[in-house]
Amino acid sequence: MKIHQSPSLVARRRFLSRLGLATCAGAITGAGALGLARTVCAKTETPAAGDSFPTKDYDWTKHQWAFGVDATKCIGCLRCVEACKSENHVPGNAHQFRTWVERYVYIEGEERARIDSQQDPVNIAASGSQKEYRFADRYKGEKVEKAFFVPKLCNQCENPACVQVCPVGATYKTKDGVVLIDEKRCIGCRYCVQACPYGARYFDEERGVPDKCTWCYHRITKGLQPACVEACPVGARVFGDIRDRGSPVSLFVRNNRVQVLKPESGNAPQVFYVGIDKEVN
Amino acid sequence: MESLIHFAPYIGWVYPNETVIEWTVLLAVYPYLTGLVAGAFTVSSLYQVFGFERLRPVAHLALLTSLCCMLFVPLPLLLHLGHPERAFNAMITPHLTSAMAMFGFFATFYVVLLMLEIWFAYRPYIIEQAQKRTDLLGKVYRLLTLGSYDVSESALRVDRKWVFWLAVIGIPGAHGLHGYVGFLFGSLKSREWWSSDLMPVIFLFSAIISGVSLLIVLYVVSCKVRKVPIEVDCVKGLAYTVWAFIMVALLLEALEFANIVYKGREGVDMIMEFVKGPLLIPYFVLQFGVGAVTPFLILSYLIWRGTTGKALVFGVTLSACLVLMSVFMMRWNVVIGGQEISKTGKGLLTYHLPFFGQEGALMALVLTLAPIAVLLGMIRLFPPWHDKAGHAAAAAS
Repeated sequence: MKIHQSPSLVARRRFLSRLGLATCAGAITGAGALGLARTVCAKTETPAAGDSFPTKDYDWTKHQWAFGVDATKCIGCLRCVEACKSENHVPGNAHQFRTWVERYVYIEGEERARIDSQQDPVNIAASGSQKEYRFADRYKGEKVEKAFFVPKLCNQCENPACVQVCPVGATYKTKDGVVLIDEKRCIGCRYCVQACPYGARYFDEERGVPDKCTWCYHRITKGLQPACVEACPVGARVFGDIRDRGSPVSLFVRNNRVQVLKPESGNAPQVFYVGIDKEVN
Repeated sequence: MESLIHFAPYIGWVYPNETVIEWTVLLAVYPYLTGLVAGAFTVSSLYQVFGFERLRPVAHLALLTSLCCMLFVPLPLLLHLGHPERAFNAMITPHLTSAMAMFGFFATFYVVLLMLEIWFAYRPYIIEQAQKRTDLLGKVYRLLTLGSYDVSESALRVDRKWVFWLAVIGIPGAHGLHGYVGFLFGSLKSREWWSSDLMPVIFLFSAIISGVSLLIVLYVVSCKVRKVPIEVDCVKGLAYTVWAFIMVALLLEALEFANIVYKGREGVDMIMEFVKGPLLIPYFVLQFGVGAVTPFLILSYLIWRGTTGKALVFGVTLSACLVLMSVFMMRWNVVIGGQEISKTGKGLLTYHLPFFGQEGALMALVLTLAPIAVLLGMIRLFPPWHDKAGHAAAAAS
């Protein structure tokens, strides 16, 4: 049976089928452009090959940086925190840090450790400034059973949650094992700040992007030590190339029984600790 | 100069960088709006796809409500971004391992789908207006016809087919969009309060009840304003929908909480302290007691007694208002509550909500109400009413 169709209906069907074709073509072109853009933006090239990298003779495929913390040596002087703030232009307040030091104090008769850091209001009151740090002698008169300090910083994880969640790929892992932030690409959504289990990231309101410890990438790629390592008077912070068997960090990892923070997160941190207690996370 | 950031007071031990709460009230408004989108779309689909005839009076209103809410979904995010001018980076060069990277694509797909469905649903009306009107609005309608003036029975049949299939695709579209928002939170392993497999489903069911409730309120208020009788059957249909879904929503929330408590992983002590302390009123009292259990009991009573007429309309509208409040509290308790529990599992923070400012209470309120304001304009352009007064008004205009 022949079905009569009005011309405008035929025209409309033709219009819709063309619309469908145009959409498909658009989608294919879009996908192609997307793939190209991703290739262009993928940060897989050796930066030494690019002019934008600050150290031209540095090859990131030849290093694998790692960090060691010997909590038994740390004296809580906080020189590392101040050195970091000044080296990396971290905002001069008592709430945002690339690195910090935690103090664990076990008082006789108490089940759990009392924990504080340099940002604690009591400690800030003791230093008298939000830009200078010291631990207040707040447990005077208490019977302390055990006490120690734990320096903290970005763990530059092998499987970084912050990199995984970044919607634009602004946070990325370098070939030499450091997690960096491309400030010109970041949209400032702070998903990375939420995703980091270690609280290592803060958001810089003035620049509109997050910030975190980079193990002083601008220094280590020039053969220098991170500022905190250089400032530490007791050698509690150890840094080096894990591929070099003679480097301080290789010796540190080989000669000690080291552990990492929150291993259950699956992030595989690359900061190795010695001398921390069960309450440290 | 006023400080750029507000530092959160805390008790116990929290990481230093946590003393700035990064996701503010706007991040609670965002899932609230997407929830309303999904919920309103559910109502339209119940009519278009599943043939719930009694929901006919609100079917078109549901579509318009869904679109109006959807138009404002990206705004709280844009206002929150450190660099909103780079927002499209997420679509131009998405980082595909990120749960957030797909938002732009999902949202765009859904907006296009909604606009197409609305166009097909309103095509006869658009053509009628385009042919009748000679003013500026007539030009708008002529533009909206896209050159198609065919209103023959066979053409309308094609329209209905399109509406049906778009509604079918829209069901996973709208619900996927909102389940996805739940996944944004549920997939983060850094926070015990968020990290849950149930989170997407919880978000979804609370979304449905919030959207249906919004439609109840909009429908009843619109009838009052237009001075037309409220179709009790429609209100009853919407009430059944809320009643059925609220049961599941409550059950899922309870399961989620029971899971956290029963598993008792590290940090559970702090969570318990949190829910018994600062979260007691927003969580147990407002979200559960007043906002979910009370409307559930009211609706159960109305259904059980077979209440009808004004009493039914009043009871259902009251329940709907409570559900709308409850779902907002749920978003608040997830987004803000999650950040008030420290990642250390040993401390609690307190979020301070400023009234003014880019991320203040006033802005949140404006963003929540803005879709309603746009809806007021939209219903003038596309009257969604199916009653006689609606037709008369449409014919007169």
